[in-house]
Amino acid sequence: MSDTVLVSAYVPRDTVVHRLWPGAKLVALAAYSLTVVLTRSMPLAFAFLAVAVGAALVARVPLGAVARATRAVLAIALVASAFQWWWYGRDKAVETFVDLVALALMAIVVSSSTPVNAMLDTFVRAVGPARGIGVNPERVALTITLAIGALPGTVALALETRDAARARGLGRHPRAYLTPFVIRVVARAHETGDALQARGLGDD
Amino acid sequence: MPTLALDGAGLTVGDRVVLAPTTLTLTERRIGVIGANGSGKSTLVRMLNGLVEPSAGRVVVDGFDVARQGAKVRRLVAFAFTDPAAQLVMPTCVEDVELSLRSLERHAGARRARAMDVLERFGLADHAHDSVHSLSGGQKQLLALAGVLAVEPAVLVADEPTTLLDLANTRQVADLLFRLEQQLVLVTHDLDLARRCERVLVVEDARIRYDGDPGAAVDDYVASVGA
Repeated sequence: MSDTVLVSAYVPRDTVVHRLWPGAKLVALAAYSLTVVLTRSMPLAFAFLAVAVGAALVARVPLGAVARATRAVLAIALVASAFQWWWYGRDKAVETFVDLVALALMAIVVSSSTPVNAMLDTFVRAVGPARGIGVNPERVALTITLAIGALPGTVALALETRDAARARGLGRHPRAYLTPFVIRVVARAHETGDALQARGLGDD
Repeated sequence: MPTLALDGAGLTVGDRVVLAPTTLTLTERRIGVIGANGSGKSTLVRMLNGLVEPSAGRVVVDGFDVARQGAKVRRLVAFAFTDPAAQLVMPTCVEDVELSLRSLERHAGARRARAMDVLERFGLADHAHDSVHSLSGGQKQLLALAGVLAVEPAVLVADEPTTLLDLANTRQVADLLFRLEQQLVLVTHDLDLARRCERVLVVEDARIRYDGDPGAAVDDYVASVGA
């Protein structure tokens, strides 16, 4: 059930994009994102989207993964552009919509072509020099992993809690499922903390 | 086998006695822990690797004090939980096992090879690149066990590892647990599993009610419920 929101499932393939050094991909993603956000031009937005589509084709990202991962982004992009249309007019709205879709697509290209552990190794190496000022690179990497992993888990909890509220006939009242949902998220965080401690992660 | 020792170890939270001071020395290979919900079983076994710190007494694993040398003890004592979903933190199976191996194997290629070996041993090699969320309940528990056993600990403490599983998965996970070379401390409500141990503790109202032969321990527990 939580598969519908998996943001970052790695798909093993043998393509140029997969073989690129993860650090290069992350830097490129950051540079691309900044360029897309900072460039204010509707026609150029389509050019950026074309670049993202090109990258997705080269990396042979499965269409299903794109569809699943962009569904939520599309909804947000639609709402955002609707507001933009209202405030600033059509061009700005189209630009925002296309920009958001392009950013999401590029993020999928990177996450589907890079194993999470390879990204973690890159982070650990990048943060390494900060060890001198008291930063623990392994811990930084672990925090990022947990943040990524928490998304599908939390959505699964939300769906379960909603079903439980429905089963008890508590209907649509937000309080009926928000309260238990928040409690369960915190409880899950405690369990995960115990599990991490038991696995000795963070002991280093 | 390693020696797990509780020396007057107990836990009191406010006025509530969660576990009365308990003294035990566990050296058997297969140790079962049974008893009612909320009787203190989980607290007892969580003390063995420092997840719960005793408010009185101390816990010593192979000479290491759990309170003072926690990191050393956790390298010796692995812990498996009832709900595997909470302990699987990485997106795919092989990555979750690799996470455990990070501190042992710095080189990414060697780490991957070792993680694949572990998955092979647990019958999960075909699922190496699958999302951990796509696994069945039994497979998730197998993966969680693979994750904690990958670092080759000396002891495995398992807190009701089969409670959420169907019969076939319970058998599969149980057979795996009893095949392990590691010392096993198994908290369970499955009395058949308890009978397969060498020594069984029955916990009731924050105390050890019975300690000894599995058959007699199970009979004692059943009798305590019937009364």
